[in-house]
Amino acid sequence: MDKTRFFFEHYGLTERDLERYLAAALSAGGEYADLYFEYLSSTSLMVDESMVKSASQGISAGCGVRVIAGERTGYAYTDDLAPERILHAARTAALIASGPAKTPSVGFQQKAARSLYPVTLPSVDAEITAKVELVMRADAAARAFDPRIKEVRASYADELRNILVVGSDGTYAEDTQPLARMNVGCIAKTDGNSARGNSGGGGRVALDFFFGEKTPEFFARESARQAILQLDAREAPAGEMEVVLGPGWPGVLLHEAVGHGLEADFNRKHTSAFAGLIGKRVASEKCTVVDNGTMPWRRGSLNVDDEGQPTQNTVLIEKGILKGYLSDKLSSRLMGVADTGNGRRESYEHIPMPRMTNTYMLSGEDAPEDIIRSVKRGVYAVNFGGGQVDITNGKFVFSASEAYLIEDGQITAPIKGATLIGNGPDVLTRVSMVGNDLKLDEGVGTCGKDGQSVPVGVGIPTIKVDRLTVGGTARKDAGSFMQ
Amino acid sequence: MTTQLETRNAKLETDLRELAQDIVQQAMAGGATAAECVVREGDEFSTLVRLGQVETLKESGSKAIGIRVFNGKRAASTYSSDFSRSGLDRMVKSALELAKITSEDPYAGIPDASQLGSLTGDLDLYHADVYSLPGEERINYARRTEKAALDYDPRIKNSEGGSFDAATGHKVLANSHGFVGEYRRSYCSIAAVPIAQAEDGKMQRDYWFSVSRRLGKLESPEEVGKIAAQRTLRRLGARKVKTTQVPVVFDQMIAPSILDHIFEGVNGDSIYRGASFLAGKLGQKIAGDQITVIDDGTMPGGFGTSPFDGEGIPTRRTVVIENGVLKSYLLNTYTAKKLGLQTTANAARGLAGTPGIGPGNYFLQPGGKTPQQIIAGISDGLYVTEFLGHGVNLVTGDYSRGASGLWISGGELTYPVEEITVGGNLKEMFFNISEIGNDLEFRGAIACPTIRIDGLTVGGE
Repeated sequence: MDKTRFFFEHYGLTERDLERYLAAALSAGGEYADLYFEYLSSTSLMVDESMVKSASQGISAGCGVRVIAGERTGYAYTDDLAPERILHAARTAALIASGPAKTPSVGFQQKAARSLYPVTLPSVDAEITAKVELVMRADAAARAFDPRIKEVRASYADELRNILVVGSDGTYAEDTQPLARMNVGCIAKTDGNSARGNSGGGGRVALDFFFGEKTPEFFARESARQAILQLDAREAPAGEMEVVLGPGWPGVLLHEAVGHGLEADFNRKHTSAFAGLIGKRVASEKCTVVDNGTMPWRRGSLNVDDEGQPTQNTVLIEKGILKGYLSDKLSSRLMGVADTGNGRRESYEHIPMPRMTNTYMLSGEDAPEDIIRSVKRGVYAVNFGGGQVDITNGKFVFSASEAYLIEDGQITAPIKGATLIGNGPDVLTRVSMVGNDLKLDEGVGTCGKDGQSVPVGVGIPTIKVDRLTVGGTARKDAGSFMQ
Repeated sequence: MTTQLETRNAKLETDLRELAQDIVQQAMAGGATAAECVVREGDEFSTLVRLGQVETLKESGSKAIGIRVFNGKRAASTYSSDFSRSGLDRMVKSALELAKITSEDPYAGIPDASQLGSLTGDLDLYHADVYSLPGEERINYARRTEKAALDYDPRIKNSEGGSFDAATGHKVLANSHGFVGEYRRSYCSIAAVPIAQAEDGKMQRDYWFSVSRRLGKLESPEEVGKIAAQRTLRRLGARKVKTTQVPVVFDQMIAPSILDHIFEGVNGDSIYRGASFLAGKLGQKIAGDQITVIDDGTMPGGFGTSPFDGEGIPTRRTVVIENGVLKSYLLNTYTAKKLGLQTTANAARGLAGTPGIGPGNYFLQPGGKTPQQIIAGISDGLYVTEFLGHGVNLVTGDYSRGASGLWISGGELTYPVEEITVGGNLKEMFFNISEIGNDLEFRGAIACPTIRIDGLTVGGE
């Protein structure tokens, strides 16, 4: 089914209607108004104790109206797409301004759109039984991995989001955004000891993605492997030490340490520790960090952002020098910088703001084996839970879920998950080695900011950070790492 | 079908009860053996004022509906924001279709009819005064809160803003045993997030807020702004400390997180799967003698109060831990059956999916000392005022979080500290809560006085 003109077909929306709504939004003045229509259909399944215990499907649809007057934003939304409700929302949002009415520009121009995730058979339309089979396969594979795997919870979720964004400057953008994800959580048990493992992935893909390389068995075995490994994990050390991060999901480091701090709204308000640092060194020469919304099939990618702006591959840090911020329409207007296409919102109920897409560091020249070998006493962390950052003082954390000691250049014992903490504006200046093995995460990232969640991607090659604080419980004693 | 279902207007209030019951009937007529319908309606207002100027103004309403159906021992659920006849029909039909492909689960089902009910009397959950201020006045509340913070000290020159928020909600639950229940809730809050800058240019940010179900009970904007400023200023000049083991005091705003770990640990869903280190420990000592933890969904006006839980069972007061002994898990119907116990009426039902488990008003009974007395008893220690990150593993009890706070020296709060971690294991931590303050205050559903925990590792330099 051709998904363009979705709202015109489903709701009898016309261009005349759109002009009327925008005019109502600008009826009290303002520089800009936009309408964001959204229709979201979702499916989720969960297997627990080898039973499909729950299956759920839902529809959520609505329209958000935004009016910008100077630095001020008025916003209202409606889940009822009848004309009088949208007009009511438009007039409510218009209350932010207080002047003579402005006229929206005539006609809409749709910019040439990318097609990063063409889906001929969207997952939501695919047979539910095929999805049930995926989670049952994951359950079976996890349990088959090792008899100590006692509990398995496997889930599958997908959604199809249709959006239409129109603006008083003539912006017109439509997009159809699939998103699918599998997740497997395992608990391993022996006498008096339990441990957990977690693995998942997906992207803006259709069901057939899970029949290729990233099968249910792939995620199930990875989750089970982690749980078994954690049974023997020792206490993690505490204090500052060398830390080597494995490729892929450990890129959460970048998301927390620099990503949020480089969102334009924080820098415009001068509340970020990175404010005023454009052109300054914020990382070692080996570090080039980008935010790239144009990668095909990726969870964090978008053809257009939620303001209708095409996404970009934006260089944030180039060979250690800070080059730019991630901006949206409001930030670019107020700061006089280019709009990087990073204006995102969780749903039609939310006001857009600068958000990340896929944030990663480019590959370097060092061999991963050499990076490990260069560490006398440190930690090698390959898997993480999540992280968090205080963008004002720059402190950030991310929590390792799979990590090992490095002793005399060798990976030795697995250690329990520990939180790593550092300072965003200088942690990357202590990246002394960057591997040649960039990987992006498997498609599991969700970023929260100001109460709004959006899907994102992260990535990194193997890197060494010369000094980072590890939040374990075992004291480092002179002469030996652990007692 | 009645024509009322076609109408969407101001009389939606009466319609929600009828709608929920009609949908249940429609599902039963379609072949369901049991069904449960939730309808939610709400509205919100929020404004953010920054440096005295309105930055955002948001106002709207929304409603949504969800249904859970049973096909014998198979369950499925659907939800929708589309209240048109066709939208509702599609929602019911999808649920019935989905319930054909889920597995038969011997424990699945809605509660027995004899368990259903609703607390009577006014639970003081809804006050229309949250919307009583005209628009300009609401903005003024936000402005005054921020201004009080900005005016407090010349080092506070910036701010993420002052805010005023208000919201009301209306929830209806109906099921195929004939239960129909509903309640309304209101909420309003003010907050300020000031930013202080030290002479060296380094910035720190903190916040303070007041929240209530009624406008009249909000603390004054001037008081909130002042406290926000004080909290922000005391972070200036923060430094790291050396890795060490010292007593750690968790302030009143941070201590609830420890209690929340207990909640997650006694949550029936984690218990029956053995996904909590407290599984199988009912009746055993799991904490020190002075630890008594209560969950009470009946407290008038409480943020965790409701007349019935997510499955339509009247809420109650449950003693979770008494003098350190685990007396009760927190359960819903499903997890209670799995464990051979009775539900504690803690079912938390969203629009879709199986009911989870949520707290009522969940708190640690206060002790006798003031926070100052607790601090005075420590010659070298850490007073935590903020956590960063979540590194807590309920399966193993492993605990590792980023933190900032103030160092305790000679019984007094001294210099601020940051970029440190607090590490330990919950199994020991619950036994090592050596002091409990008398400052129990509810700013949410979970509350805890200031507590001191020994045996933790502070990770730093």
